[in-house]
Amino acid sequence: MAAASAIKAIHQTMLRAAQPARFVELSGMLIPWVAALGAAMFVAGLVDGLALSPPDYQQGETVRIMYMHVPAAWMGLFVYALVAGLGGLGLVGGHPLAFAAARAAAPLGAMFTAVCLITGSLWGKPMWGAWWVWDARLTSMLLLLFLYFGHIALSRAFDDPRRGDKAAAVLGLVGCVNLPIVKFSVDWWNTLHQPASVMKLGGPAIDPSMLWPLLLMAAAFKLIFFALWLVRTRTEVVGARLRAAASRSRMEGER
Amino acid sequence: MNAFVAVLRRDLLLALRDGAGTWTVLGFFAIAVAVFPLGVGPEPQVLARIAPGVLWAMALLAALLSLETLFEADYRDGSLEPLLSGALAPELLVLAKALAHWLATGLPLAIAAPVLGIFLNLPTEAMPVLLASLLLGTPVLSLLGAVGAALALGARRATVLLAVMVLPLSAPVLIFGAGAVESAQTGLAATPSLLILGSVALVALAVCPVAAAAALRQAVE
Amino acid sequence: MNFDAPYTIYILAAYGIGFVLLGGASLSAWRDWRRVSGAWARLNGRGGRGS
Repeated sequence: MAAASAIKAIHQTMLRAAQPARFVELSGMLIPWVAALGAAMFVAGLVDGLALSPPDYQQGETVRIMYMHVPAAWMGLFVYALVAGLGGLGLVGGHPLAFAAARAAAPLGAMFTAVCLITGSLWGKPMWGAWWVWDARLTSMLLLLFLYFGHIALSRAFDDPRRGDKAAAVLGLVGCVNLPIVKFSVDWWNTLHQPASVMKLGGPAIDPSMLWPLLLMAAAFKLIFFALWLVRTRTEVVGARLRAAASRSRMEGER
Repeated sequence: MNAFVAVLRRDLLLALRDGAGTWTVLGFFAIAVAVFPLGVGPEPQVLARIAPGVLWAMALLAALLSLETLFEADYRDGSLEPLLSGALAPELLVLAKALAHWLATGLPLAIAAPVLGIFLNLPTEAMPVLLASLLLGTPVLSLLGAVGAALALGARRATVLLAVMVLPLSAPVLIFGAGAVESAQTGLAATPSLLILGSVALVALAVCPVAAAAALRQAVE
Repeated sequence: MNFDAPYTIYILAAYGIGFVLLGGASLSAWRDWRRVSGAWARLNGRGGRGS
């Protein structure tokens, strides 16, 4: 009973927080703290990753690229799931904030995916001797970036922003179904054509001295994303209000 | 069912009367494939090596070319809205239109592919697999294309948008389709790839009509 | 970190790209917010600078 009423209370609090005006206010309070914590974690991760952690016994100093590369890859995948989930939420519930949040998150996800691909390329050149290899992981990340491009382009392709939001939400959900198939097909394709050069961390277990900077950077990326996401969603919400006010005053002018 | 057949017949008749659709797609396919020997050079071994991928990738692009018109005419002349609220469920409407699109473009592409395979020196043993893989794969392209065309209705720069949306989603079809032909060519069993292609087609058959119908509903809203 | 080790330039480039993209995203997010919130404040006559 107590648990049920607690869940109900939390749910109502969340609904109240999701009202546009309330959201702008709440996010305004939250953003400085999240951003500051994210920046602090980022600096700590940088110091640990670039200075304190040891070089890898096989890869040498280049292993340090991992602390930028792997968290970016995680964020790229996480944000795609988030965008698809928000789109589904918007389609089912019709809440405009869900669409605004999805539109705010998608370019950030594309940015993280791009960081992952570029740092991966810079890691691949010294390790594999090539800037780009059509390896399973690289290919599926590249396709993920293209899915982001499609999503962003579609959400901005209509004169009516509602229409773009809904279309992009459908595309996001279709992409979600397709993503495991893409992953699977690419894995299979790779084992057919390129058995060598599969990316591995130095063995199955990673040493704690390398795990710490990795986790620090992952937490930092997540917090920085969260702060930027809040800022961009807030911008979308106020921007929608500005457009509504502009069209209202236009109608009054015509009258 | 009658409504389904009626939509299918209407779309097929339109495609046949027009005629241009099928022939334009086939013409593009032939010319695009013929560009490769000009660029890569005429060595038979090289051409045979790249034939599965070239045929599949160009069939994909050719199918993509014809997608924009799938719902566009009905959307513009206003007949899409009564169709959506008519006797036929929107999902079945999508299915009928995708089937008509496949019969008008996918099937001719699959039949034409072995002929173009001869030009690329593809060995005869691989021809049945090429045909089978295209017969299994092109319906998926029509279904995915139906989703893309429904989403892009009324959008700015719809053609490019359609390509940006549909090409990444069709990567599995391309990989397994070309993979099947390549295994047949190198003497490996093509059945696993064809089976996976078939299961991808089943997933697309289940998911795409629902997604395209959702997209159509909000397009006419 | 040992700067004399081989491939230092790749590591620095990787981190540099990360900084540039993250920094660019942060700057553009903040700039957009300043623009929109400024317009909103002007519209409501609070703290309007331009009008």
